[in-house]
Amino acid sequence: MFWLVGFVLLFVLPILNVLPAEDSWLHVSDFALNRFGKFLAFAILALGLDLIWGYAGILSLGQGVFFGIGAYCMGMHLMLTIGSQSVYGSALPDFMVWNQVTELPFFWKPFYSFSAAVLAGLLVPACFALIFGFLAFRSRIKGVYFAIITQALALMAWLVFNRNETNLGGTNGLTDFKTLLGFRLSDPGTQLALYVVTVLCLGGAYAMCRWIIASRAGRVLIAIRDSEQRVLFSGYSPATYKLFVFVVSAMLAGLAGILYVPQVGIITPAQMGVLPSLEMVVWVAVGGRATLVGAIVGAVGVNLGRSVLTNSFPELWPFFLGGLFVVVVLLFPDGVMGMARQVRGKFAERAARLPKSQAVEGEQT
Amino acid sequence: MDESHHRMKRLIGIGVCVAYLGWFVLGSVVAEAQTNVSPSPPLEQALADLSSEVDGTREQAVRLLIEQGDASLLPRMEELRANADRSLRMAIKPVIDTWRHRANLASPDAETRRTAATDLGMNGRVSAISWLETAAANESHRWARYAMEESALLLKLASDDPAVKQQAAAKLGEMRSQNAVPALQALVQAGGGESATAEQKALAQRATAAIERIESWNVWSSTIETLFRGISLSSILLIMSLGLAIVFGLMGVINMAHGELMMIGAYATFVMQECFKLYAPESWFDSYYLAALPAAFLASALFGLILEATVIRFLYGRPLETMLATWGVSLILIQGARMYFGDLTAITAPSWLNGGAQVLVGVFLPFNRLFIIGLSILSVMGIYALLFRSRIGLRVRAVTQNRSMSACLGILTRKVDAYTFAFGSGLAGIAGWALTLVGNVEPGLGQNYIVDSFMVVVTGGVGKLAGTIIASLGIGGLNKLMEPSFGAVYGKVLILVLVILFLQRRPSGLFAVKGRHAEG
Repeated sequence: MFWLVGFVLLFVLPILNVLPAEDSWLHVSDFALNRFGKFLAFAILALGLDLIWGYAGILSLGQGVFFGIGAYCMGMHLMLTIGSQSVYGSALPDFMVWNQVTELPFFWKPFYSFSAAVLAGLLVPACFALIFGFLAFRSRIKGVYFAIITQALALMAWLVFNRNETNLGGTNGLTDFKTLLGFRLSDPGTQLALYVVTVLCLGGAYAMCRWIIASRAGRVLIAIRDSEQRVLFSGYSPATYKLFVFVVSAMLAGLAGILYVPQVGIITPAQMGVLPSLEMVVWVAVGGRATLVGAIVGAVGVNLGRSVLTNSFPELWPFFLGGLFVVVVLLFPDGVMGMARQVRGKFAERAARLPKSQAVEGEQT
Repeated sequence: MDESHHRMKRLIGIGVCVAYLGWFVLGSVVAEAQTNVSPSPPLEQALADLSSEVDGTREQAVRLLIEQGDASLLPRMEELRANADRSLRMAIKPVIDTWRHRANLASPDAETRRTAATDLGMNGRVSAISWLETAAANESHRWARYAMEESALLLKLASDDPAVKQQAAAKLGEMRSQNAVPALQALVQAGGGESATAEQKALAQRATAAIERIESWNVWSSTIETLFRGISLSSILLIMSLGLAIVFGLMGVINMAHGELMMIGAYATFVMQECFKLYAPESWFDSYYLAALPAAFLASALFGLILEATVIRFLYGRPLETMLATWGVSLILIQGARMYFGDLTAITAPSWLNGGAQVLVGVFLPFNRLFIIGLSILSVMGIYALLFRSRIGLRVRAVTQNRSMSACLGILTRKVDAYTFAFGSGLAGIAGWALTLVGNVEPGLGQNYIVDSFMVVVTGGVGKLAGTIIASLGIGGLNKLMEPSFGAVYGKVLILVLVILFLQRRPSGLFAVKGRHAEG
């Protein structure tokens, strides 16, 4: 199944983009492929969220912050590669010219290098998560408390990134990118390559999460979710495991941000605030927690629905999103994957009613 | 005996009424008579001179009229102004203004007297000194008298006698007069130059001392105002967090839609205002605000009841899921309010909450903020009475402490949950009602406060109201305390950091429930 989906994403869609004629029904437009690449970047983030929420029982409502930091790191690099092609012809980004900044702030300087930007996009969220998680888990802030604190974190980050004097573009964020590693971002070829890279990263992230879950640490994490007290009394240190998985999820969020920016072409504080962070949680809830595949399905599905609905009924999207929150939590706590499992279970039960009925039940629980 | 006493009282009452009426009639007759009285010859001459084209004559006439004329000549002046050209109108304006202010010094309204005094001080007519001093001698209102004295001294600063000047400067410093700072600074500057006379230098010294005094008082007054603003924000947070904390303590439910319940309260106030505009006589308008209190409480409580019955009751014991579901509800409510009410939602505060009370020089406490503080104190008292002095409260506390044991003892825990949730929601409605006084009514109203009030609940700890009260005081106070030096945004960031550090020492909040059942 993994390989099949991987094959479709990695080869079939790009080939359908390149080979068939423009008007053929098989043709996948550049726009659609680009959109899909964005959804897959979100799926990487959802994987990280599923890892902490689904498996370790830590609900973070501040995942958008890590996503945003990763995205801003990449955005800063792209901003600097514009060079003097900008509107004002200055070597400085346009918004700095507006704000009458005459010299590049020191923390922008490393971002001239692409590899430094990518590294920062992964490591800055990781460090941030490390410090924040250390303080939170050490004092055993968990459950609702942790959710509230991370939500406050999202609010703060949004407020700070909105300020002009932090030299991060203020409300308008970073945009108007031109090239990446010398390739023009507006070329379909560049976008296709970015799409392929995103798919590869998603595959890698999925494999890594699977590996973590299958490992001994993964089992400890599940045990922490089910009863932290018992894990503690068995001589493990839950805080260390939680910290580890929190940092991993932050890095995945950062990676998602890095991949998101060149494909979408803009990053603003609006993408990292309280509401986007909560929406990310909905992706996982819709797909089904503790399944990993569900996170990907949820991220892609909800975003697909969003882009369809916001096009045709922009006013109704909040109703739909809110309704989705309520309905999923109330009626489908196991999300799409849970439903799929139930349906499959029913079929299997019907088929295997005569020989053996216990095997199915075992699988279900 | 008693009977006759009453009759006496009634008679006196009637007598007083008649006297008032008589006074009123007499007063208007006298006023009528005064306007018809013709002014003294020099004033008459001055009035005629006003129309003269020669500049010097006109100026002299203006000065004379200001010094010797009074408000009784106003109708004549108005008449003059009605058919005057531009330059004449400009020339007359100070005369009319000064007369008006002078007449206003005797106005029955203290606020009018006060602004008149301040304006006279600013306009710099030396002749006003004696008016101000006479008015101040008979003034009973403290801040009106203050303004009169301050203005008289300000005018004296411009006098010719150096001794008077020095005395005025010193006295202004003593009074911590804010309005005097620019004039005093001018004196300091005049005394600082090379060519300054000894007299000027001595005066500059006095002025410097006075400015220092005023400025050191400013530090105090701004501290007091900051403190007040902090308390006012705290009390808003407190009313909001109380509802949140009660529900959280009882049911372990974090209601993300709490802010939207507050929004419903605010919109209920708005709707009540519109109803009064449409259906009630105009003189009743101010009472809409009081009528809106029960409306806001009931609307939010009803909504809370519905929310509890349709969503939350199915999610007991799953706090994280409850958070998400209620957040979904809040999204729907916000968008619903946006689509239904749009942006045309202005609340006119009732007139009895406009203005404020001045308690010290430069310290002005607006009534609406005072009202909110009072309301929060009342709310806390009401909640304490309800929880600790009533049978319902006893049940709520019992269920909070041990749900299954309470159920065994015959308490209908489901019912208690529903009522408590409705009560907590109603408190949110009251918070929304109060918020209409200090902010706009908009769909995103609840979002501005919700994260802060969650922080209050987390910091305060679960199940103890005292924790909520102290935490809201602390967070609201710190918020306003740090705003001047760090800016609103960084102040908030700092508070988050402080809360996290605080939770390092006390992981379950200020007043944690002690015992083994605290861990889930």
